[in-house]
Amino acid sequence: MKLAHAAIALKGIIKRELWRFLLQRERFVAALVRPLVWLFVFAAGFRSTLGIAIIPPYETYILYEVYIAAGLIGMIQLFNGMQSSLSMVYDREMGSMKTLLVSPLPRWFLLMGKLMAGTFVSILQAYVFLLVAWFYDIQAPWLGYVTLFPALILAGLMLGALGMLLSSFIKQLENFAGVMNFVIFPMFFMSTALYPLWKIKESSELLYNLASYNPFSQAVELLRFALYGQFNLYAFLYTLAAFIVFMAIAVWGYNPSKGMMVRKGGGPS
Amino acid sequence: MNPLSDFSLTVKALSYAYGKKAALTDINFSIAAGECTILLGPNGAGKSTLFSLITHLYDSRDGEILIKGVELKKDPCRSLANLGVVFQQTTLDMDLSVLQNLHYHASLHGMTRKQASIRIVEELERQGMLARKDEKVRQLNGGHRRRVEIARALLHKPSLLLLDEPTVGLDVPSRQGIVDHVHSLCESDNLSVLWATHLIDEIHPNDKLLVLHQGAIQAQGSVSSVCGGESADDISRAFKQLTQAKSS
Repeated sequence: MKLAHAAIALKGIIKRELWRFLLQRERFVAALVRPLVWLFVFAAGFRSTLGIAIIPPYETYILYEVYIAAGLIGMIQLFNGMQSSLSMVYDREMGSMKTLLVSPLPRWFLLMGKLMAGTFVSILQAYVFLLVAWFYDIQAPWLGYVTLFPALILAGLMLGALGMLLSSFIKQLENFAGVMNFVIFPMFFMSTALYPLWKIKESSELLYNLASYNPFSQAVELLRFALYGQFNLYAFLYTLAAFIVFMAIAVWGYNPSKGMMVRKGGGPS
Repeated sequence: MNPLSDFSLTVKALSYAYGKKAALTDINFSIAAGECTILLGPNGAGKSTLFSLITHLYDSRDGEILIKGVELKKDPCRSLANLGVVFQQTTLDMDLSVLQNLHYHASLHGMTRKQASIRIVEELERQGMLARKDEKVRQLNGGHRRRVEIARALLHKPSLLLLDEPTVGLDVPSRQGIVDHVHSLCESDNLSVLWATHLIDEIHPNDKLLVLHQGAIQAQGSVSSVCGGESADDISRAFKQLTQAKSS
């Protein structure tokens, strides 16, 4: 694989994802409205019932809206990862995935390119959300918006790889709804996106354990610390490891001789 | 010099199974430069499986596929660089314009923006589609979409063009236009073509035939030799004999 070829192809894949994203305005609005509803309605309602103690990275008592903001950025990326994987299943059913896979580039690179394109879109969404949140008085230090960027890349890649892994196992579009229910909601609710770990521990030890091992929790913590200019090494390593594992299984899933595409049998689709 | 590189496509002892169900058994054939080979077979004969293997969407442990002398399994990237494909189902992005679709494909083949723009104009002009370059694919009719797909498959100047039942669902004039155009490409560009179909009237007299049925090649050679082998007056009768005799 020549470097120049790879760079041109990567640019092409990202550009296509952007074109599609800009065309689907409803998708952009939905991606933005979802976390904003949580912020304006859910968080406002819960503000009085949930008190948040001083926990890192926060240095003072914070409002619930401030706590939940990082979780909602994670939510944007989680939904985006699933949306990308949904579009991969759709592309596969519609055939346009074939155009990508018959290109003269290694398969892992093509999948990685697709993943990076999806992550790029989710980062745009996250910053637009933060801009709106800024006017709602959820303001992080200026540096935080810069240090958040690499965290968004890693969290986006990890959640996108999870979506890609799922897409390699899903043969038909109809099966996708079930997976969304069984993956997105448990991942989101059993995480630190909505409540801190110590709070979960108070109510259930089992939930606490599930939430601490949930890769989405670690991605959210990585984002939370980064937004306040801090680096959470454990969350970083955990998210990175989850990304590598998910990506490896996804590449295996799309491998023409070993993966699930063949294992599932039936004629070529 | 590797004599295999004289052939745009060589398939040797290729077999493939979905689980325990054999889809292709011991397939052997080759296509020389500038040759148009029609892969003729009824539905379910294994044509699409063969295409999936040649395009490396599937991989088989049994047998070899060489594109322009390069073994697909050992060097898929170099092999696929010589391949242009038109799939049975439209694989264009419906919401993007013709130009956007073609630029996307060009980028996957590592073409710079400038190279791509030149080639896109050339190919769209040849297909009589240049005036529609800014239209969304969704606005085009079936025949025009196919023409865009053929233009796209030829952008990177492949030596082998695969077409998997490209005329399905098209009206007669559109079908005829595509059949004639692809045949003319073999002469003008020395392009090798593998065209899967079950429609007899898409065959030209100079084409090579490959009759596939129940996952095995029943006959191959020129139109006259296949007809002669079956003592049939025309290809339609020969095809019927080759496929019905084995089914019963």
